[in-house]
Amino acid sequence: MSGSTIKGEFLCVVCPNGCILEAEYEEKGEGGRELIFFAGNRCARGEKWVRQEIEDPMRTISSSILVRGGDFPLASVRTTAPIPLTKVRDVMDEIRKAALDAPLYIGQVVLVNPAGAETNIIVTRGVAALRHR
Amino acid sequence: MGAPEVIERGLAVIGGGPAGLAAAIAAKEAGADVVLIERDRILGGILNQCIHDGFGLHRFGEALSGPEYAGRFIDRQRELGIPVMRNTIVLKLSRDRRLLTSQAGRLTEIRAGAVVLATGCRERPRGALSIPGHRPSGVYTAGAAQSFVNMENIMPGKRVCILGSGDIGLIMARRMTLEGAKVEAVFEIMPWSGGLPRNIRQCLSDYGIPLFLSTTIVGVSGMGRLEGVTAARVDERGQPVKGTERFFPCDTLLLSVGLIPENELAREAGIALDPLTGGALADENCMTDAEGIFSCGNALHVHDLADMASEEAERAGRCAAAYVSGGPLSPGGPSVEIRPGLNVRYVVPGRVSLPGASRGRDGVALAFRVTAPRREAVVRITGGDVTVREERYPRLHPAEMVWTRLRGEDLGGLEKRVRALEVNVL
Ligand code: SF4
Repeated sequence: MSGSTIKGEFLCVVCPNGCILEAEYEEKGEGGRELIFFAGNRCARGEKWVRQEIEDPMRTISSSILVRGGDFPLASVRTTAPIPLTKVRDVMDEIRKAALDAPLYIGQVVLVNPAGAETNIIVTRGVAALRHR
Repeated sequence: MGAPEVIERGLAVIGGGPAGLAAAIAAKEAGADVVLIERDRILGGILNQCIHDGFGLHRFGEALSGPEYAGRFIDRQRELGIPVMRNTIVLKLSRDRRLLTSQAGRLTEIRAGAVVLATGCRERPRGALSIPGHRPSGVYTAGAAQSFVNMENIMPGKRVCILGSGDIGLIMARRMTLEGAKVEAVFEIMPWSGGLPRNIRQCLSDYGIPLFLSTTIVGVSGMGRLEGVTAARVDERGQPVKGTERFFPCDTLLLSVGLIPENELAREAGIALDPLTGGALADENCMTDAEGIFSCGNALHVHDLADMASEEAERAGRCAAAYVSGGPLSPGGPSVEIRPGLNVRYVVPGRVSLPGASRGRDGVALAFRVTAPRREAVVRITGGDVTVREERYPRLHPAEMVWTRLRGEDLGGLEKRVRALEVNVL
């Protein structure tokens, strides 16, 4: 099966120059992509960036996790390292499945390598335990 | 209700978000007797609901989420033992720095040596937009939706359209997608995005969410619950073009159409406001036209980075501490107005004392925004016929505030009769 060629503009965010790169890539099925043409970058970092963006974009994600017995129903969490964009959904599913007991503290590791991704999930807003009166 | 209890304080900081925390800490470190007033039960302000990362890159050299960024400041506030009045609203502020506060109905009058206004900003509401049609439920500001989803675990809807491409709207597009909603489209009336390029890519392109530029919503449908919106392209004057209407079914519409500095207290106190920023008119020390009352962060002008709001607030905090201890804020002497010139929407501060700018190596910070995107831009600051400073930038965008500095050496050639400097972008 031969893939289709897609053209796009990419604004390089590596430095303040903000070069606009024109790029062409091929969709190779199952989310695979290959960069086949690019122009407009002023330096080699731009090439590296656009190749990564097209062939294997990496992203950090933030979400919230359910908390039992806390003074807020949710604690916010994030990845500690960027993960492949293609894994974002799977990691989100793992986060959604989890529920934790208060108290939770900033920096606390709550998931290790969710969905096999090379990252941990840490708490970014502490949640105190609910005081019973 | 009885007469309010009266207390005296060196410095009262109103607002416990990124600006208020930074101002209180800087003032305390400079030796001031500070009290921090926060209307919520927790400190951190809007940062608590900004769970995405990217905060702290300037300041801490790492990408933190909003709550973590706030946490760093809250740790320091605790270390320094800065007292906080929580769940407390300021009912009234007067020019002589008296504050009437209420905590669950208990009134306190604070007589402060100085006041820092760090009240942040609010979202432009739907009323300001005049979208015709019924008023079905399902229409929220992006920030309100952010609070529902991130703080209360409530999803506002399943099928979403977003009006306005400000950063909060973009971030909510991604957030709601990750939580299982379908975001149909983002509409932006301007020919360019109101948010940062990084957010366009990571919040929209990554999830295949289309952004329609030069497009606005001309109608909403649905009697009880929202059933859809009608969008149309607009011409150069922002008027909808007949025949370009298109219907988008959705049960939720988020509005991300701009932020306005929150200045009710300042307005009632008769403090002069800048119509261009919506914030107080301030000098390089962040002092308003009311002696000893300072303004910073999003209350002064809407920032795009919390880091910069904190940095500005530290300056306000230090200057407020100096004011309380009676030290000279500015050496006095002549001052000039700073005005937006060609292609500049606004400049902050609105006034700079010339000797103040000449003091120290760093001079004074100027922040401004361009009216439209520009490449290979020249920023020229002029006073009368004289160019006092010229800088080149590869790329400027209205969504990205430009920070520059005015130094003593720039002002040497300035003629005595010059009363105003203009910031131009060519
Ligand atoms: S291509 Fe190079 S010069 Fe251009 S924005 Fe990217 S890093 Fe900067």
